[in-house]
Amino acid sequence: MTRGRFSRMVHGAAAEGRLVVQPRMGFGEVARMKEGLAAVRGARATSVGTITVDSYTRVNDHDSARRALASGNGADLNGFPVVAHGVDTTRAMLADLTGPDFPVQARHGSAEPYELFEALAEAGMDATEGGPVSYCLPYSRVPLSQAVSAWASCCQLLAGLDEPVHLESFGGCMLGQLCPPSLLVALSVLEGLFFREHGLTDISLSYAQQTNQEQDLEALAALRTLATQWLGDTDWHVVLYTYMGVFPRTPIGALRILEESARLAVLSGTERLIVKTSAEAYRIPTIPENVDALEFAGAVADSVTAEQVEAAAGGFRDTGILEEAEMLIRTTLGFGDTVGAALVGAFARGHLDVPYCLHRDNANRARAELDPYGRLRWSQSGLMPVPVPVAVPASDGDAGRPRVTARGLVSMLGYNERRFDLEQLVGSGTRRIG
Amino acid sequence: MTTLQSTHYSEPLVRPKKFIVSSVSSDAHMWNLVFLQLVLEEQGHEVVNLGACVPDDVIAEECRRVKPDALVVSTVNGHGHIDGLRLIQKLRAESDLADLRVVIGGKLGIRGHDNVAFQEQLVSAGYDGVFESEAGLDEFERFVRILEPRRTLAEVAA
Repeated sequence: MTRGRFSRMVHGAAAEGRLVVQPRMGFGEVARMKEGLAAVRGARATSVGTITVDSYTRVNDHDSARRALASGNGADLNGFPVVAHGVDTTRAMLADLTGPDFPVQARHGSAEPYELFEALAEAGMDATEGGPVSYCLPYSRVPLSQAVSAWASCCQLLAGLDEPVHLESFGGCMLGQLCPPSLLVALSVLEGLFFREHGLTDISLSYAQQTNQEQDLEALAALRTLATQWLGDTDWHVVLYTYMGVFPRTPIGALRILEESARLAVLSGTERLIVKTSAEAYRIPTIPENVDALEFAGAVADSVTAEQVEAAAGGFRDTGILEEAEMLIRTTLGFGDTVGAALVGAFARGHLDVPYCLHRDNANRARAELDPYGRLRWSQSGLMPVPVPVAVPASDGDAGRPRVTARGLVSMLGYNERRFDLEQLVGSGTRRIG
Repeated sequence: MTTLQSTHYSEPLVRPKKFIVSSVSSDAHMWNLVFLQLVLEEQGHEVVNLGACVPDDVIAEECRRVKPDALVVSTVNGHGHIDGLRLIQKLRAESDLADLRVVIGGKLGIRGHDNVAFQEQLVSAGYDGVFESEAGLDEFERFVRILEPRRTLAEVAA
């Protein structure tokens, strides 16, 4: 298996004990995008670059992106429209900035990214990301079977290139929050298997920080065990995402959650971290805010000692994430002759079911909740083969768990926001952790 | 810390209404839509949730099929002032949808507090209400309360 420039850089850093940090960053105009990439490259951290494409490119509405550029409204786009700018412009922009020490990943969120991938490959991009499930169910209306077939072509396109373009599965980030870790881990590995089935061997698997660090450590250990077991013949690494849900509103709270994610990355042996910034709760961050987040996360990662890493390896209780994720992978593969067909079949029967996801090909019968310690657990299994903790009688005497209410949902969605903002926003007299 | 609270709404619900909740064509965010559906359902209303990234013509078709009392557009990716504007212009140009109650809310631009600049433009273009997220949910809930159901009470009872 040949390693591309992106993986070479990430594995090189890991061998030297450095965490690779990466922003989310995309600007509509070339000059600003270039400025952003240069700033990330210059950050005092082991960083790789990101070009996040805009929402029009994500849904293949390149004409709208072109119109925005033509009418001088490029700055109002929420990312860099690679196809609308074109291969030559993108290639020229990258040529001045990228190198073996600074590869760049394009991030997009598209269920059908073939046209984008053609442009990325021609423009000399080092890496991209997504997956047939992870960029279909949460982000599009495309039927899952159509996304699976689109992604099969996309993988084959990348697999046929001379210089490997790295592909990362976004499967460990479904909806950002309120998805139990076993399903995140299983989907990440299943998408990795899908990539391999279509010829890719230079891949990474993702996991998004959730609401309890011990549970996240267990999940990341499970992900590494299963990747070794199922994808041992590919070149893989793990990427962690700083919490993707409702973000702390205070600058200190935002730094605290970023700090916890950087520690989690190092303690779990994760090679790469996608950061968030202190502006996250409000708007798309500026270039300096991104650089600050990268440098802060890098500094936190450097401060974690080898002894702490060793202690963390056995520092979590086994609550069965590994076992449940493995069962989900194994049973899902029984739904079809190929990984793609198995994924389509498993979702069609509700065997895989992402809680709260509104896509028509998702059963949307399974539900997850937070326990009092912030651990994610299933509250309704739907048709999934997962155990639901014994239902406690609700206060009104009804047997079973109460249905989640709008207020309950907001409370769960805001769990990390409250937890990390607590010291800033609540007086010491009323502060209570638990 | 209480993270799960069961809230009981005992207010009599005399006028259940039917809503379509939808994102705009380029917006993939989902939690805002899940939340709005729960808010409306808890008040006894019926919701058809179209989910994320809904093309304009699908929204128009669903409005014809479902005949909602109102279309609630929610968007947070910052393109709302562009996609939302195009959507309402299309809907208002259709004779059978020109009178439909349509509101939009969320984060309508990428300028934070300055998104308020987009509100006036969206109202002029034909929205019956524009609710920038900075303003909270109160104005939207007020809109829902005072909205006249399209169906007669007899139809609702049947």
